[in-house]
Amino acid sequence: MTDQQFSINRANMNRMTVGRWLLFITLGIFVIYFLTPLYVMLVTSLKTLDDIRLGGLMNPPAVVTFTPWIKAWSSACVGIQCEGLNGFFWNSVKITIPAVFISTLLGALNGYVLTKWRFRGANIVFALMLFGCFIPFQVILMPMARMLGLLGLAGTIPGLVLVHVVYGIGFTTLFFRNYYVTIPDELVKSATIDGAGFFTIFWRIMLPLSIPIIVVTVIWQFTQIWNDFLFGVSFSAGGGQPITVALNNIVNSSTGVKEYNLDMASAIIAGLPTLLVYVFAGRYFIRGLTAGSVKG
Amino acid sequence: MAPSLVAIAVFVYGFIIWTAYISMTRSKLLPRYDFEGLFQYVKLWNMPRWYVALENLFVFSGLFIFFCMALGLLLAIMLDQRIRAEGALRTIYLYPMALSFVVTGTAWKWILNPGLGIEKVIRDLGFENFEFDWLINPDMAIYTIVIAGVWQSSGFVMAMFLAGLRSIDQEIIKAAYVDGVSLPRIYLGIIIPSMRPVFFSTIVVLGHLAIKSFDLIVVLTKGGPGYATDMPATFMYAMAFQRGRIGISAASATIMLMTVMAVIVPYLYSELRKKADD
Repeated sequence: MTDQQFSINRANMNRMTVGRWLLFITLGIFVIYFLTPLYVMLVTSLKTLDDIRLGGLMNPPAVVTFTPWIKAWSSACVGIQCEGLNGFFWNSVKITIPAVFISTLLGALNGYVLTKWRFRGANIVFALMLFGCFIPFQVILMPMARMLGLLGLAGTIPGLVLVHVVYGIGFTTLFFRNYYVTIPDELVKSATIDGAGFFTIFWRIMLPLSIPIIVVTVIWQFTQIWNDFLFGVSFSAGGGQPITVALNNIVNSSTGVKEYNLDMASAIIAGLPTLLVYVFAGRYFIRGLTAGSVKG
Repeated sequence: MAPSLVAIAVFVYGFIIWTAYISMTRSKLLPRYDFEGLFQYVKLWNMPRWYVALENLFVFSGLFIFFCMALGLLLAIMLDQRIRAEGALRTIYLYPMALSFVVTGTAWKWILNPGLGIEKVIRDLGFENFEFDWLINPDMAIYTIVIAGVWQSSGFVMAMFLAGLRSIDQEIIKAAYVDGVSLPRIYLGIIIPSMRPVFFSTIVVLGHLAIKSFDLIVVLTKGGPGYATDMPATFMYAMAFQRGRIGISAASATIMLMTVMAVIVPYLYSELRKKADD
């Protein structure tokens, strides 16, 4: 290697490392950009109100206090009730768990029928179901409110479960259909020859094979339903509201002194369940996210 | 299957028909079923508030889609450079997607708080006259929604593009690299053009998010000051549940549906066709 060549390579190397550093710095800046709001929420939730007024937004708390957290959970005023978020948190649990379970099960059954018991027009049926997940829900809000009234479910938790199941089926069906397409039809055919019926095949063969997609679907539905606000605010009342609606009531209440630390503690409580699921099962969440855009 | 089909038929298609029909009656507080033609649509298009909502939708979705795409693509390309900590970084960039818009909105409402938020941070740095009151400024409030929306959703774009980048044939890239093509040119000339389907899907999803955006506006600005940050979704909700003007509300919902259909139907059609061809 001549000297000249050597120095050219050195220059290249230097440019590489400079580029590399620039890359790391930019990536680091984005880490700060994405984490700052979470950091601000957390430190604000641990500050006293005086500390908030006097200290800076970014400063750590002068004295750490857990009062806002306790108040948010057990005595904050949501509308006229001052019993904290805990009741609303359990409302969300009571809405989310059955809705996730039922919509996932129905999605699995639909996916199974659409791929293994194909009938004429199966594709059109699938397209019609899929379209249901893309409609702007504003178009069904008013008739749904009336229907829930007719069924005697207006403002109740079973009512919201029904709403979430109905408008979740499209997505769950999509997930399962795209997954079952990859399972060989021969499996079902040979089981039929052995005399297994529709449900036996479903329970004994399809479901045990579906664990990965069940995880993806459950996580997706859990996040969607827990985070829902539109249905919650339209179809629930008073003590039956989900936590997102209660949080909005706390944050946008116009009475009394604005307690920012309370707002932040409440927001973290409302966001924690989905955040934890994300941290522990992020891989499946991402799969749901990219599959949710019909890129099956 | 049959119960699902019945449910979809009633709760999706039946309800759409109900809303579309109500939009052609004189319903106000209660639904009335005598046909009146386009009466409500004429009224709707004469409301200044509806124009504000539409203008906001255009401004918001334009900026929201642009910045999410730019940021998401940049993040994806950077993470594609064999970064050792890729998994951890990806988790950090994407976590806002797991949060409810209500939670995100609460956080940003506080950060953007005129008086105690960013404004105070900059003033404490010595810029005493710095002003940042977008949240309560009718001309600027819409941009606060863009800020929070982009923060929340750009990680999604990154995830989509990262998945796309990983599915590209690495041999072509290696060959180009060996031929001495520079990295930026490889991205601009080879990789990005081959990801056209990903661009398309991502824009469709973001546009869809933009049209449906409701939570973020309610939490951040309540559609205000006045109705300065109203969008079709909040307009429809206000007319239906607060103003008792069912007919107008149904008309605005029907227009929203038609807008979404204009984008989604060709998209679904091409997606399903593509799959049928495979």
